[in-house]
Parts: sequence; C-alpha cells; structure tokens
Amino acid sequence: MIDNNQLLRFTTAGSVDDGKSTLIGRLLYDSKSIFEDQLASIENTSKKKGHDGVDLALFTDGLRDEREQGITIDVAYRYFTTPKRKFIIADTPGHIQYTRNMVTGASTANVATILIDARHGVIEQTKRHAFIASLLQIPHIIVCVNKMDLVDFSEDVFNNIVSEFEEISSKLLVKDVRFIPMSALLGDNVVNKSENMPWYQGAPMLHTLETMHISSDINKVDARFPVQTVIRPQRDGFIDYRGYAGRVASGILRTGDEVTVMPSGFTSKIKSINLHDKELDEAYAPMSVSITLEDDIDISRGDMIVRSNNKPEPSQDVEVMLCWLNNSPAKPRAKYTIKHTSNDQKAMIKEVVYKYDINTLDRNNEDSNLAMNDIAKVKIRTTKPLMIDAYRENRTTGSIILVDDTTNETVAAGMIV
Amino acid sequence: MSKYYLNYLDELESEAIFVLREVWAQFENPVILFSGGKDSILVTHLAKKAFYPAKIPFPLMHVDTGHNFPETIEFRDNIIKELGAQLIVGSVQESIDEGRVAEEKGKNATRNALQITTLLDAIEANKIDCAIGGGRRDEEKARAKERFFSHRDDFGQWDPKNQRPELWNIFNGKHFEGEHFRAFPISNWTEMDVWNYIKRENIAIPSLYFAHEREVVWRQESWIPNSEFLVLEDHEEIVTKKIRFRTLGDITITGGVESDADTLEKIAAEVAGMRNTERGNRSDDKRSESAMEDRKRQGYF
Repeated sequence: MIDNNQLLRFTTAGSVDDGKSTLIGRLLYDSKSIFEDQLASIENTSKKKGHDGVDLALFTDGLRDEREQGITIDVAYRYFTTPKRKFIIADTPGHIQYTRNMVTGASTANVATILIDARHGVIEQTKRHAFIASLLQIPHIIVCVNKMDLVDFSEDVFNNIVSEFEEISSKLLVKDVRFIPMSALLGDNVVNKSENMPWYQGAPMLHTLETMHISSDINKVDARFPVQTVIRPQRDGFIDYRGYAGRVASGILRTGDEVTVMPSGFTSKIKSINLHDKELDEAYAPMSVSITLEDDIDISRGDMIVRSNNKPEPSQDVEVMLCWLNNSPAKPRAKYTIKHTSNDQKAMIKEVVYKYDINTLDRNNEDSNLAMNDIAKVKIRTTKPLMIDAYRENRTTGSIILVDDTTNETVAAGMIV
Repeated sequence: MSKYYLNYLDELESEAIFVLREVWAQFENPVILFSGGKDSILVTHLAKKAFYPAKIPFPLMHVDTGHNFPETIEFRDNIIKELGAQLIVGSVQESIDEGRVAEEKGKNATRNALQITTLLDAIEANKIDCAIGGGRRDEEKARAKERFFSHRDDFGQWDPKNQRPELWNIFNGKHFEGEHFRAFPISNWTEMDVWNYIKRENIAIPSLYFAHEREVVWRQESWIPNSEFLVLEDHEEIVTKKIRFRTLGDITITGGVESDADTLEKIAAEVAGMRNTERGNRSDDKRSESAMEDRKRQGYF
C-alpha cells in the first residue's frame, strides 16, 4: 500500500495533431494503468477504423460528439497511480477557441505539460500554452518535444526547440521548466528511457513526474482560513460547541494562535482544531477541519480567520487578469456576483485596462470588449470588501469567478494582480 | 522534505469534505443519493466527518427499483438507524403502478433506465435542489467529464456540451427554481482509492462485497445471481460458486467475480491486481458505447 504518497495534478494542452492523446494513452499503457476490457474495446474500434495495431489515442475518447469529430472539447479527467504517486490528468483541448477549457484545466494543476511537434518547433499555439501556464501560475512546466522519430531523433533539432522556447519563457513568469525529447507513438522517454536518443541524459516523463518536488507548491506562510459554514450540533455533550468549518487555504494554524476574523477585525485565540473526532495541534493547507475559538464572536460564511500578525488586504477595488468564459460578452457596467473563497458579493467591471492578443501576446489598450476566450486586465469594484492576496502568492485567496445573475452561469475567472 | 503535506488519501478526503460543506452552504434542501453501494456509503461516511459533532444535516434518498439484494436493504436500514438520519425512498414499482413508466420487455429487460423517472419525480416531490452522488470520474468516459457541481435543467437533464466551467475550488451552485444540481464529492477517487480508504477507516460495507457462496448463472461474461427475477435460458444452468461483487446495482444486472477475498485487506489486494474495470460486469453499461452518456443526459445518477 502506498500510504505516504502525494497526489500530483497535471494538465495537458494540445490537439490531436500534436500527439497529445497518444502521449496520454502511452503513459497509461506503459504504466499498466489500462484495463483489459478497455484495451479490448479500443482494439475493436481501431480495427473498425482500419488502423494498424492499437490506436492509443482512443483511450482519451470522451463524449459522443468528441468521438465523432475526433477532438477534445471539454476538460476530461484521468487517473493513474504508480508505486510512487497518484496522478490526476486534466486533459484539455489545445485550439484557441477552447482557451477557456485550458484555463479551467490549468487552475488546479501542479504541472503543465506542453507538447511541441519536433517537426514544427515552437508555434503560436506553444506560446499560448506557455502563456496560460504562466498566467495560472502553474509551478512546473514540462515541455514534451514529441515526434522525435520523425526528425531522426536529432539532438540539434531538440536543442533548437529548447532555445526557441526559452526565448518565450524568459518573458513569462515561469519558474521550473524541463524539456524532454520523446516519441509518444513509439514510447521513447515517456515511461521507458529511449534507446534512440542516448544523447539525452535526463529522465523520461513518468520518472520526472514521480520525483518532482511539489510540497513547496502550496503557500505555507500566510495562514488563511475561509469559513464555509458554522457547525452547531445542539445535542448532548456539545451544547456550546461552535465550530467554524473550512479548508485551510494556505499557511499553518495552531491551537493557541492569536487570530483575527476578517472583515470584522475581532480577535481571539484558537481553542481547538478538529477533524471528525480527532483533536489536532495544527492544521495546514489543504486540510478540511473545524476550528473553535476562545471567545464568542459573530462569525459566518464568507468570513476569514487569519493569524493576527499576517493579514490579507481588505479591498473593494480589485485588479484582476480576467479570462472571459461565456458565449455572451461582458456587459459594460453590468453587475455580477463575484465569488472569492466562500465570500459572495456584487461586483462591476469598471475598466478594461488592456487586453491580450492571445496569438502574439501583445497588449491592446484600445479594445475594451470582453468576449469568450479573451484575457484582459480589468478593474473590478465590489459592494463589500474582499480579503484578498495576490494570485502569484496565493492561488486560493487570489482567485475569483464572476457569475451572471441573469443566467446564473459562470462567465469569467480572474487572478488578482 | 517538509512534513506539511497530505498523502493522497488525506487530500482526497479533505477535498470531498470541502465539497460536502459547500453543498450544505449553497443549497436549501440537499440529499445524499444512497444506493447501499460502496461509493454512496463512502460519501455518507465523509458527510459524517464533515459535520461532526453535528449529525449529517440532510436526508439520505434511496431510489428503490424493487430488484434489490436483500442484504442491501438491511444494510441501508441499519445505517439510517445508526446515523439518526431521515430516509426518503423513491419507488420504481410505484412509478410503474402509476403508469409513469413501463417495464422493459425482452430477455435483457432491466429496471435500470426506469430509475431516471423515479429519481426525478422524487427530487421534484421533495423539493430537492441538490442530490449528492457517489459518481466517480474514473468509472466511465461520460463521468470523466462531470463537474463537482453539475447543473440539471428543469427537466432534470444534463447538457454535457454546455457545462459551467469549474475553476480552482470555487463552486457555483446558483440555479433557478425547478432546476437542481448533482454534486460529486468523490469525483477524483478511483476504485482503488475507495478500497484503500474503506480499509484504512474500517468502514462497514454490505456482506455482498466479500467472497461468499452463492447460486449464480454465467451470463455476459460474469456470474449473475439467482433471484426471483431471473429467467433462465435453455442453455443456462444454475451453479454454486464462491463469488463477490465489485459494484452493486440491481440484482438482475450485477455480475459477480469468482473470488476468495473475504476481508478488506484481501479485497484491496485483489482490486489492485484486477485487469478489468469494475463496470465491466455491469450489463447496463454494455448496451452501447454511449450507454452511460445517454442515460446521464436524461437525468440518471
């Protein structure tokens, strides 16, 4: 049993042409994560379609429309476990018209894998994927230079692509980038080390994913505890119990800590931390616990418990990088519900500061329309203060979504600047 | 390495508890869909943890096809008593008697698809705005596309092509009157994770999951249990085998596997070595490539 193993979430962006589905299929197949009935069903379909051998790409088949069109539209989640880690793949489409799905898949990822076709090198799509990874502050990037078999496993081709990519990534906020030359079709450097590329000294993809250091991906400095709900059992033995239930967003909370409740500003000390019937000395992100305080304070959903010596900034004017997710464009000066941790308020987009051209990554100051897949820096005004941190320091207290009250749909996602 | 990280089971548990608390905070009248299978038992266990020391603050709802394993019903009634929870039963037999649905005909007839109407009727009758299910994304390709908070229109239908984007851990449960949500707290768990966790927490599950002697018949690549609903074909023969079930559905469609695994340890070890998916033994999924997607669109679990 793999008791102390961590969970790693990674995202793959790409289209069928990049060999993304083949790569995922290869990863699952060579790590023996595919079951016999799945394999039999795919062998069957491969034969029907007239393919030679098993088409590994069929493993990532999804909804009926996607099967018919041979594309990924929505994010699909896939799972596999090795003796070292459990993995969740957020498998997303790669085309520009699905930017919003890429953003969705990237929002929870520890690692982004970016596929490059070795024959074509860095193209616009590569830039876009790198941009999204940096925008969503994915801590690690693995650049998979795929289809090396079609360029004679050439080291020069690989090195050129590495320098091309580094040219873009130097302009983006990405910390940890690794490059792996591979052939997903033949299995080179996916799970097993390639015999065709002895010049590559690094590890294959799976080993890289298994050994990457991810414990530091979560902010452990700023203790933030958004209250989801208040637990009041009203039953024998617990008549006076008032537990504040939530998931630690970041940092560490300990019993006895001096805490401040935002936005009210009341202070108290942590009396107990509970997980079910266990009493804990401390809780850290991303643990779900219940907290009780020494003093009776009015606390409800939407409030945030923080350590008194390290508080987020209460603010009604928020600058965010916003990705528009909905078919209907943003309405100027319309009111939306803004959701930030467990706090819901009304908000208005006051100004579009600039918009990105997602192909060139140039900023456009003239165009202030926000349509589906657009990414723009905007200023938002809220009716009551939010307790915010910058997204680059805190992915949980630095993120928001906007909901259109007339449709109830989630129309935008934002990263607080 | 710093000690401040969770192992994967603790992280999955924490995520599920977070989702359950969001459901409670965002909806007026949620229920847990309880089938008596291991996944809904797991969700119930997680709900117990999420709201302790309070009781689970919402009822359990069972869609009863009438084609149950007797063991499942006994287990259900015990757990309700133990939790002090309220039970809501939606009865497929009543839906048939009232003419809301018609029994399927033919040799592979089941009540599986009939549950959809009973489920949606029960949701409407009880004014339920969120039904919490034990669906997991690893079970099936249509389920791989599910959100944690999944919107259903006022006909109870799922529109997989037009789902609300779900980013970070911010869930949007806003809906209009008559619409409802399905919530899936254990979306990210695999079958193996479920068994490892059940073993770790020593969660009680129905005896059907453990190897036992049973009268069965070999049909569609698995051992279908003998019951009052079974209609034998000419070439078929009832035999007694030591089997266990990997999933529990209706007694008419749930196939068992031959097994000696009679403890949680042995089950977990057996599942780890399994070379077929768990739904491979469910004839409801074998009907077509998109059997699950089609049912889910209509409002299935």
